[in-house]
Amino acid sequence: MTPTTTSNTGQLPEWQRIKLIQNTKTRWFLAGVVVLYIIVTLFTLEVDWSRIASGLTRAGKMFAGMIPPDTSRLQLMFNGILESVQMALAASVFGMILAVPIGICGASNLVPKPVYIFGRSIIVLTRTFHEIIIAIFFVKIFGFGPLAGVLTLIVAGTSFIAKMVAEDIENMPPGHLEAIRATGASFPKLLLYCVAPQILPRYLGVSIYRLDANIRHSTVVGIVGAGGIGQTLAATFSRYDYDFSCTILIAIVALVFLGEIISSWIRSYLR
Amino acid sequence: MTRTETSSRYPDIWKKYTPVQTLLRYVGYMIAVFIAVWALSDLDITWFYFLDAHVQVADMLTRMWPPDAAFIQNLTKPLVETIHIATLGTASSVVIAFPLAFLAARNTTYNNLTWFIGRLILVTSRSVNTVVWGLLFVAIFGPGPVAGIWAIAFRSIGFVGKLISEAIEEIDPGVVEAMEATGASRLQVLMIGILPQVMPVIVGTTVYRWDINIRESTVLGFVGAGGIGILLYSSINQFLWREVTVTLIAIFGIVVLSELISATVRKKIS
Repeated sequence: MTPTTTSNTGQLPEWQRIKLIQNTKTRWFLAGVVVLYIIVTLFTLEVDWSRIASGLTRAGKMFAGMIPPDTSRLQLMFNGILESVQMALAASVFGMILAVPIGICGASNLVPKPVYIFGRSIIVLTRTFHEIIIAIFFVKIFGFGPLAGVLTLIVAGTSFIAKMVAEDIENMPPGHLEAIRATGASFPKLLLYCVAPQILPRYLGVSIYRLDANIRHSTVVGIVGAGGIGQTLAATFSRYDYDFSCTILIAIVALVFLGEIISSWIRSYLR
Repeated sequence: MTRTETSSRYPDIWKKYTPVQTLLRYVGYMIAVFIAVWALSDLDITWFYFLDAHVQVADMLTRMWPPDAAFIQNLTKPLVETIHIATLGTASSVVIAFPLAFLAARNTTYNNLTWFIGRLILVTSRSVNTVVWGLLFVAIFGPGPVAGIWAIAFRSIGFVGKLISEAIEEIDPGVVEAMEATGASRLQVLMIGILPQVMPVIVGTTVYRWDINIRESTVLGFVGAGGIGILLYSSINQFLWREVTVTLIAIFGIVVLSELISATVRKKIS
């Protein structure tokens, strides 16, 4: 903060709003860069403007086609939703289990450097690629169906939880580790009596959150053929079966909303 | 008191949990295992596929190696497009999420109904995955980056809006009260009292979402919504696995880079 200075006339300078970027030149420069960027991209993106122009009428037609939602195939939808939920549940449990060893490998204060690098590179590699890219590979290896979806969610969930576990262990006060080590505890005992009690609440919280994220992701891995409601949804879109798409979308929103409520309820109970 | 006397008077061994707690814990474990087993066994899984999985993996890896170096020149344009989709999508989402966040924050909304509407829009936006939004916008705008930009924007509105509205709810109410006491209008209170307090959160959230969006926009092409995903999908469909390797390396590069940029910017702000 600049101190308030009085000018020659003895008056305070005019008051100004607090700005995020204090330096005026930097601020205007950044604003200029943003404007320039938007102009440049708008001209370089390959856009079929006439197609966009017809978008509004198309959207109108599509939404008209969506209403009323088709309720004649509810059984099919429920099967898809159930499959998605089962995929998410199974994947969450396995993800929770697998995340522990990988998370421990990724904690620099617990393991030697080579193991740390190994653990961290697994986390970074699996985190970088979107679930759908991973799903494609599993579909190639295991064929179409929910198995590929479950494996995808296991990989994605594991890396998410493992990253949190690793960071949690690294943020532990070093004194606790030293104290338990000083008693001559072996490595497994160190994990059991020092690390586990410290990270358990957050680990459970993150795992529950991941269950909720898995439910959200299980609704899309089907687009590349990895099972669940996403497969049904993608099929309805390619058949212009918009009234059924609408039913499925409403069901997905309701499912995710429900999952979020349950997950935040459990997490508040854990705290 | 000798040791034997003590132990005869207090025969219990100290335990962290009471028997009931232990029982409940084990019941909890059992339920978790039961859920996993039920979910897995009820799914329509062809376990038979596991038999030749290692063959398939080996086959794929040999086809993926070596990376097709000549393919790199085709990558620049889609990569730039991917970044544009993420950036423009994030920018539009912030513009739309900004007023919604004020609507969805308890202390700046008008009444319960507007609060509920704000929350409902944010929740709906968040529950539909980017790729599903992509399906929808490709149907509206046709294939191409514009559909991708809107897909990214619509998914991000909920995320950005939720975090901003939570920040608004946590502001220092004294500032607002003081300004209202001087007779400031509602707009003045928003612009001068509230906005500077939540500005760091807005910028931080935007940058954070931008880096997530780079990752999301790499797959939008699978549903035709532009970006590098189109290239990746067509390479996979043509079984050109050596091209796939190059594309994956490129995706890895921009995702890691964007994560680094976003982490640096966020560190500077906070």
